[in-house]
Amino acid sequence: MTEVRPRIRLPRRASAGDSIVVKTLINHTMESGQRRNSAGETIPRQIINRFTCELDGVMVIDAALEGAISANPYIEFEATIPAAGAFVFTWYDDNGDVYTATEEFDYA
Amino acid sequence: MLTRRDTLAIGLGASAVALLPATVYADEAAAQDAIAEFTGGVEPMDGGVNLTAPEIAENGNTVPISVSADGATEIAIFAAGNPTPRVGRYTFGPAAGASTISTRMRLGRTQDVIAVAKMADDSFAMTRVEVKVTIGGCGG
Repeated sequence: MTEVRPRIRLPRRASAGDSIVVKTLINHTMESGQRRNSAGETIPRQIINRFTCELDGVMVIDAALEGAISANPYIEFEATIPAAGAFVFTWYDDNGDVYTATEEFDYA
Repeated sequence: MLTRRDTLAIGLGASAVALLPATVYADEAAAQDAIAEFTGGVEPMDGGVNLTAPEIAENGNTVPISVSADGATEIAIFAAGNPTPRVGRYTFGPAAGASTISTRMRLGRTQDVIAVAKMADDSFAMTRVEVKVTIGGCGG
């Protein structure tokens, strides 16, 4: 598989105490385990089964994902923010790999 | 104790079930099981969850959906007509803003998408929306 590259998007402007929209995307095939190859064999499942987002060490969202999530999983949610801080995003692959991304913000 | 009214209701329910095609019923049962597992057997109230999905999805591989429920601590999404009914389960932490989630999901065929929200008082709310799928998203 090609290199996994998370992408994060935060609003350009916000103020302390706002509930901001956080958009995340990561490139991943999300092989559902439902497909068959040309020989008729089931292609084993390999998905991102869990995604978490923390803000300065406090949980924002903890998601359990299934094979019904589209390839390159896109997750959009809201977080209540201080004026400045850092998000830590973590994706957990079926194969044991863990991908993380950090996004700092300072709206002061 | 079974009252006359209960008996009538059971009869009506049974005939409604009997009218559904067999395959749909099996998936619906799997979806109901998955929902019951999420709610711990609590019967969810109808409504109180906003579920935005396209009426018609041309490509079942990537169907955008949004779910929000005021005051929800957890949201779970189910697809009653997919090979497996679970789609995702989202738990909101102390730093979450509004209880809302948007994602893109796969739909194998035309079916109901169901969103269930767990509220702060441990009650559950549920909304279902039918999405018509032109090209299924489960691969071949």
